[in-house]
Formats: sequence, C-alpha cells, structure tokens
Amino acid sequence: MRKTKIANGQGFWGDSIQAPIDLITSADINYLTLDYLAEITLSIMQKQKNKNNLFGYARDFLDLINISGKLLKENKIKLITNAGGVNPFECSKALKKILVSQNINLNIGYIEGDDIYDKLDLLIKQGADLCNMDTGENIEKIRGRICSANVYIDSYEIKKALDNEADIVLAGRVTDPGLTLGPLLHEFDWKKNDYNKLASGTLAGHIIECGAQCTGGNYSKWYNVDDFINIGYPIVEVSENGNFNIIKTDNTGGLINKDTICEQILYEMGNPKKYISPDVCVDFTSFSLIDNGDNNVSISNVKGYKPTDTYKVSISYFNGYKSSGQLTISGPNALEKAKKTAEIIWGRLSNAGCSYSEKNTEFLGYNSCQRSINLKYSGSNEIVLRLSVRDDDFKKVERFGKEISPVITSGPPGITGFAGGRPKPQEVIAYWPALISKNLITTNSKIL
Amino acid sequence: MKVKLSSIACARSGDKGAHSNVGIVFNNNDVYIWAKKYLTEEIVKKHFNEIVKGDVVRYCLDNIFSLNFILIDSLGGGGSESLLNDAQGKTYGQALLLMEIDLPNNLKGYINE
Repeated sequence: MRKTKIANGQGFWGDSIQAPIDLITSADINYLTLDYLAEITLSIMQKQKNKNNLFGYARDFLDLINISGKLLKENKIKLITNAGGVNPFECSKALKKILVSQNINLNIGYIEGDDIYDKLDLLIKQGADLCNMDTGENIEKIRGRICSANVYIDSYEIKKALDNEADIVLAGRVTDPGLTLGPLLHEFDWKKNDYNKLASGTLAGHIIECGAQCTGGNYSKWYNVDDFINIGYPIVEVSENGNFNIIKTDNTGGLINKDTICEQILYEMGNPKKYISPDVCVDFTSFSLIDNGDNNVSISNVKGYKPTDTYKVSISYFNGYKSSGQLTISGPNALEKAKKTAEIIWGRLSNAGCSYSEKNTEFLGYNSCQRSINLKYSGSNEIVLRLSVRDDDFKKVERFGKEISPVITSGPPGITGFAGGRPKPQEVIAYWPALISKNLITTNSKIL
Repeated sequence: MKVKLSSIACARSGDKGAHSNVGIVFNNNDVYIWAKKYLTEEIVKKHFNEIVKGDVVRYCLDNIFSLNFILIDSLGGGGSESLLNDAQGKTYGQALLLMEIDLPNNLKGYINE
C-alpha cells in the first residue's frame, strides 16, 4: 500500500528555529508542515499590515527559507505552512525574491479567502450574524473594535495548490490539522465523503500540530525521556487507507510511546465524540492505538462523519489595557513580607485615586498556579510577587506601572528583581469565536 | 492505600476560550475502570474549587483509557484577557495529578516505579 511521510517542525510562532532546519537536513520525509498562528497572532499581523500593506505574515519563515531553501529543493521536500498570516500574497512575493536571489527554482502556491476583515460589512449584509458562539452576544457590541477576522477554511485549497505543483504552500487561517490533511488529500486523492480517511488525516494532524509536545515534551513522566536537548520533532507515516504511525528520526532525543501520544490527543480537547473541523467531524473515541515500542505508535480505524455546513470564524477585538509587574522578596519570612508589600502598593494606588476593573495578586513560588491544592508549604527563602491590573483607562494602567519600584526603598527589606523597568500598559486583544455559513465564503489558491 | 493520582496516570491541560480542559490517561484498563467510578465531575470540581468558577464536565475515551474534564470558566477570562500567571491552564494537568486518592489494594501493582 502507498505511504507518505509528513513531519511538523513548528508548533507555534516562537517554537524552535532549529527544528525545521534539522528536519529539512536529515529527515526522510515527503512533506514538512509549519504552524505559526494562534488566535492572537493574526491580530498582531493585521496591525502590521494596517501600518504597511506589504507586511502581515510570519517573517521568521523567510529566515528559514533563506537558510534552508536549497536543501528543501535538493531533498525534494514539499512545505505547507500558515506563515502567510493575513497577507499570503505579499509573503509569497517576498519568498520568491529570496529564492530567485539564490537561484532556487521552486513553485509557490498561496491561498486566499480566509481573511474577511475587509468584507465584514458585506457579509453581515448578506446574512452572516457572527454572534459570539459561546455567549450568543451580538457582533454590534464589538463592531468598532475588531482587529482581525479570519475563517478556518477547509483543506482542499492546500490540495489544489499541491495538485498545481506548488513546492511551498503558503496559507493563512487554515486549521492546524489541515496542514497535514491537505497533502494527504493531494497524495491519495481522498474524496469529500471518505469521512473515515479524512478523520484519520485530521487526527494525524492534530497529534503532530504542536511539534515536540507528542515526542516527550510536556510529558507527565518526564523522568523517562532521554535527551530533551536533542528532542526529535514528530513524523507521521500515513497509508492510503488512512492508518498511520507516529515516528521520529533515529538520531534524535525525546520519546514516543502510548502515553506521550495519548496526552497530545487530549490536548485542547472538548467533546471527544464530536471534534469538528471544516473537513469532517472526528470521533476521538473510535480508533485503536498500539504502542510498537522503539518510538513507534500506530493508530487505525478512525471514524469520521459528515462535516457541518458552517466554518468557524476567529475574530479578535480590542478590549482595554492590562499590565503586570513583578518583585522578588527574599530573606526571613519572605511570604509575609510579600503579602505586606502587595498591601502597600495597592494602598498607595488607592491613595492616588486609582481603582481598576480587575486586580490580581499572586505569589510565585507559593501558590500562583495551583492555589491551595495539596499545599504543604514549609517556608521558602524567596517569593516572587506578581501584581496585575486591567482597565479601559490607559492612564490608570500606566499609573500602576509607576507604583512598583518605589517599594524597594520604602517597604520591607530584601526586595529586588526590578531590572526590567516600569511595566507598560499592553492592549488587551480579546477573542470572539463565531460561525459563518460555508456558502458565504469563497477561497482560492494560485501559483506564483 | 493513599497515593497521588500521578502514580497511576499522566495528564495534559490547555485552554478553550474562557474554559480549560484536563485530559488524564491511565496506566491500563483496570485502573481506568476503577477511575471511571472514582473520578467523578463532583470530585474534580471539589479539587479545583478555587480555580473553576463554573461546572466540570467529564467525557470518557474507553479506547485509550482516558478521561477528559472541561473546567468551565477557569482562566479568569479568555487566554489573552486573563491576568493570571497561568492564563492558559497549562499547569492544571499537573494540579490534577496532585490529587490524593485511596487506591484499592488489588491495583497496587500498577503504580509507577
């Protein structure tokens, strides 16, 4: 039976810059997928594009091609990424320039249609209500504050770009598993109603979409993982019938076993019987999993069902300001001194007439993550105090940042850790998930 | 015998808007069948009572000996709006593994070395 190998070398914007280089250099793979987007990333890119319409994509990706473009071609690896952000066309032009300057002949396919930021008025007029799918609230509530709006489109434009002989496919907001499903649709020509196969490809993509998080990263039994330093990124070897194995390159560190894979399968999971992608609904309670040992796990018999008639829309909007500041408090009775320090800072802000819509006090090294769950605290010689505020009033949030450092010389003894300067107000970008009818959205792929 | 959940299971957590999820994978089917009876939505809600403002919803994955818990309203707002040090619930999986449980003697053999 025909098989193909797909790797993931980037789980999010900010992941290892070395991992994709290593995969291109030494892995035996047919496709490499790279994920650069999160909900918040698109709003940052949209802001860059608003300032300069040549930007709005992941520039890290250009650096990678600058270094590894030649080897990508030599090793005949096709690359699929969402690095195009909110400007896949300009990203592909910048990419072409790099390839031409190095005399590398590779076709670039770019995908458009997911970005509906400029079409919101029209779509609302055409009947899209875009109400918040979690709260039911009307879009008018945030209409004037929207920063970005992108549809999670299906994986068929990736297939089309590859059918048209693209070597690098640049997408915007396709789904993360779609980066893997797309090449499988191209490779095996799975049909739109091959639901079990589509579900299998989607599960394979879900498992590798966070890079090393399925090869020993973030694993509860971390003490069993060999060589985190050289952790291998995941590869799925998928058969034409949809069944697949998760593996990694021989000379790498990390660990693939039943637990590392199951942990990742459950990552960000909702109802496991109804994992909804634009391509298919996947039943995560359906498949069989076998640990073959030697960093090799197989998955078979995944069940899938007809997809819904809507796409998910990811809308981001401006929602006020926030700021956080930290101080390290050391010596005898560190926790008590930290509590006193917090009391002093909040008291001084109150004297200055500053109240906030939200305030938060945390003691890192004591209970900031797990509160009083199984807390057996016997005193520590140092505690990090973390204070945060949120408000619509920029001035009040800015004022907060000026009240952190004075306490170093006007509070309890042994306070340090203020090398970073005054914390500045940051814009809060909030997330508004919605649904839109599939027949209102037109997508396309072109070759450059 | 009293042990921590970490001695018979692995866990992973992450954010889902204003909610988070904790997936927990048991060492084998015997432990899973016991856990399905023991680890109810109520017990998990009580464990996370300072963290979860809403309900806890549980799903079962018999095929991989796993349970998935949705912790409704547990992040102090959505991931990008929250003021928490752990705004995405990345640490809640490890927090669940801190739970002390009364493991039946016949399952003692399945405890991690």
